[in-house]
Amino acid sequence: MKGGWLRIYAIGYLVFLYLPVVLLPMFAFNEGTVIAFPLKGFTTEWFVQLAGIEALHGALLNSVFIALVTASLSVIFGICAARASTRFRFPFKGPIMGAIMVPLVLPEIIVAVSLLVVVVQVLDLPLSAWTVIAGHTLICTPFAIAILSSAFQGLDQSLEEAAVDLGETRWGAFKNIILPLVSPGIVASFLICFTISLDEFIIAFFLTGAEPTLPVYIWSQLRFPTKIPAVMALGTLMLVASLIILSVAEYYRRRGVERVGGKDSGGFL
Amino acid sequence: MGVRTIATRLDSDAKRGLLLVSPTAVYVLLLLAAPLAAVVTFSFWTQDFLTIDRSFTLDNYREAFTDPLYRVLMIRSLVISGIVTVVTVVLAFPIAYFVSFYVPPERKALWIFLITIPFWTSYLLRVFLWKVILGFNGVLNSGLISLGLIDEPITFILYNANAVVITLAHAFAPFTILPIYVALEKIDRSLLEASRDLGENRVTTFFRVTLPLAMPGVIAATLIVFIPTIGDYVTPRLVGGPNGLMIANMIQTQFLKLNNAPMGATLAVLAMCAVTAISLIFVLMNRRYLR
Amino acid sequence: MSIISLKAIEKYYGDYHALKGIDCEIAEGEFFSLLGPSGCGKTTLLRVIAGFEDVSSGTVVIGGQNMAGVPANKRPTNMVFQSYAIFPHLSVAENVGYGLRRARLPRAELAEKVNGALKMVGLEGFGGRASHALSGGQRQRVALARALILEPKVLLLDEPLSALDKKMREQMQTELRRLQRQVGITFILVTHDQEEALIMSDRIAVMFEGEIAQLAAPQELYRRPLTRRVGEFIGVMNFLDARQVDTGISQVRFDVDGLGEVEIKPEQLPKGARSFYSVVGLRPEALSIVYDGSPKSAVPGKVVDLSYYGDMTYYEVQLEGTSSPVTISMKNLTSRPVLERGAETQVTWDAGSLVVFAS
Repeated sequence: MKGGWLRIYAIGYLVFLYLPVVLLPMFAFNEGTVIAFPLKGFTTEWFVQLAGIEALHGALLNSVFIALVTASLSVIFGICAARASTRFRFPFKGPIMGAIMVPLVLPEIIVAVSLLVVVVQVLDLPLSAWTVIAGHTLICTPFAIAILSSAFQGLDQSLEEAAVDLGETRWGAFKNIILPLVSPGIVASFLICFTISLDEFIIAFFLTGAEPTLPVYIWSQLRFPTKIPAVMALGTLMLVASLIILSVAEYYRRRGVERVGGKDSGGFL
Repeated sequence: MGVRTIATRLDSDAKRGLLLVSPTAVYVLLLLAAPLAAVVTFSFWTQDFLTIDRSFTLDNYREAFTDPLYRVLMIRSLVISGIVTVVTVVLAFPIAYFVSFYVPPERKALWIFLITIPFWTSYLLRVFLWKVILGFNGVLNSGLISLGLIDEPITFILYNANAVVITLAHAFAPFTILPIYVALEKIDRSLLEASRDLGENRVTTFFRVTLPLAMPGVIAATLIVFIPTIGDYVTPRLVGGPNGLMIANMIQTQFLKLNNAPMGATLAVLAMCAVTAISLIFVLMNRRYLR
Repeated sequence: MSIISLKAIEKYYGDYHALKGIDCEIAEGEFFSLLGPSGCGKTTLLRVIAGFEDVSSGTVVIGGQNMAGVPANKRPTNMVFQSYAIFPHLSVAENVGYGLRRARLPRAELAEKVNGALKMVGLEGFGGRASHALSGGQRQRVALARALILEPKVLLLDEPLSALDKKMREQMQTELRRLQRQVGITFILVTHDQEEALIMSDRIAVMFEGEIAQLAAPQELYRRPLTRRVGEFIGVMNFLDARQVDTGISQVRFDVDGLGEVEIKPEQLPKGARSFYSVVGLRPEALSIVYDGSPKSAVPGKVVDLSYYGDMTYYEVQLEGTSSPVTISMKNLTSRPVLERGAETQVTWDAGSLVVFAS
């Protein structure tokens, strides 16, 4: 067996990674109201309970709205920046692209605090879904750029020139050749941004208005021990939804790699 | 005339690029650069309940440096972030190495996918579940007791810095494994064979060839863990207990509970400066690997 | 009648002077090659003609029309790219028919044209294939069909054979030539391979550092290179220092290192300024090893090295009075045994094949 000790270590590490993930559905289907071992009987009561919580539905709708708008904006900003950086040479390219990617390495609380100061103290605007969208777009755009850049980078520049040579206008070549070829990257980055926004808490907690997002709602419930089994059920559903979305994203990303005839180097980021 | 035509030509390509990048650049300028400037400005002001005093003062900074509470929090934050970073990177490196060197190429994508899945569970719930695992009658303790390894629940792993380190090491796992993995994948395998051919054994080859070439990935991983960790207030709040609280918790409290935005801004600026300074020193120390 | 005329083309990238005053006329229906080492500006010149690069100054006229301000998609030229640029998300037929989409032809007519183009390049029945499953040679053919279907006035080929293996390359060279004769339009080929240029072209422009060093038909280019550098770039050439001895009416006498006195006709001399000191160029086949008889002029030499090619042998022979050996090519006949390293021999030459360069 190759890499014997490393393989054992790797499996141990995977157990460490999956420990909380495995516990989530276990407690979601557990009859007991206390989150502890030993488990009691099997129940779907907590899932049924979820259907009756009005505040939860509001938070869910709010979060989905925020995630949709965030993902759309991030992908548009991402396309602009990724295309500009992979296709054109322009002055101050390094510093400009660097500044755009900064939110990726900035502590999220700094993003949250600085937007809060501007919105509340400087502009004196009310906090709302849009303030959360502003913050989420800021942190999602670098992810979109990272994914889209590799999609644009893989393209042979001659493809675009060939289309122009065969009679297309610049815009026509972009629309008919470039966009179809990077569309898997666009779908993948949209789904990733959607998922990040849906799960983001630190920024949302600062910037959310009267209507909480789903994570902010969950945070408020964690203080009440009786609400926790239902939260576990909710988390289980969210995990399943995330996995479906990510599988679709991964499928599109791979199809994109195949489409331009590249070799799959595996994984996001 | 020659010079003028050159200038206009340069412009046409550059103009297109600048035009295309401008929506994104303007967004970042308006929603990141301007707000950061506002935070810095605020840190020089003071607030009394709801009214802001806009006269320039260094009082906040004086207080931040003299009040032992702030100092303790800041030092603890940096220490915890540092420990988290070291633990996470050291734990992650063998995994990246294993996937890159021992997993057959067609199964690498699957392994990477497996590693990233837990990351997509709700962050809040992951942290909460660590609390359940590490708790007094949590999963770990009941497991160890039923195995007969311990008689009484162990308590040094919840509501302190240890719990924060474990939880964050878990949260940042994929962020560390991926950059190291990418760097390892880029290493030309014939370099390792060349090293063996020139008389080094597996271990010395690792330290003389593999590790130096993987350093860009290790450095990226280190920064990706260290910087955001400073800004986390969820983990310390849920599993850290009173002695595990960090500077981000204080920033949050200043802004949302005490209504002292200027003090919060000051702490945020200081945290940012500390993180930037440490990161820069770290990168400079390792710059020979980054050529 | 020329289909393309380039007048005083200048091209700068920032401070870098990529094209320096290119003047050139390309005739209708000719196979024209731009030949030169990488970085000489040949691809830039091709892209200037295609409209992918603006000129800093100068004019490009195609088919009697000034191309200033005419974008690539409006020019009567089509291009075969070095990477072939086959659209990976479209089928072979969709690739070939791509440029006809704007013509809005009825479906049957479009299919007929596409089939015709595929047949022309020997890919009949490949229309339904996915384009990413094609081999290198097949991609090249698709690229050709895609460009030729639009019946351009000029077809531009950017190093189209460089990605193919040797066998395939030789096959495509013949085929491109056949295709060009069949469709009768002007082909402009960019290549760094001198042999390829010689085989395929009607005329060749040799470029160095953004300038055309010589523009001539292959035979003239090989026999009468204008400069030492052109002679060196095309095929193999030996260079020997020479001094002018005496000028007559119909011939000039030179004292050539290693060979002695040689009579040279005026057409072998460089145009324009001449000087007392010159360099004489000799192709390997202009020198020969003496096997029988005693030619009028012959000098002794010693074989220092040799390369055996089956049909030919290339000898490195050290002559007296020269610093480095000369290369001599000999056909291998049974009556001419291959000499061994170190053999002493006699070397003779064809005086009419000598080329004199201004020193």
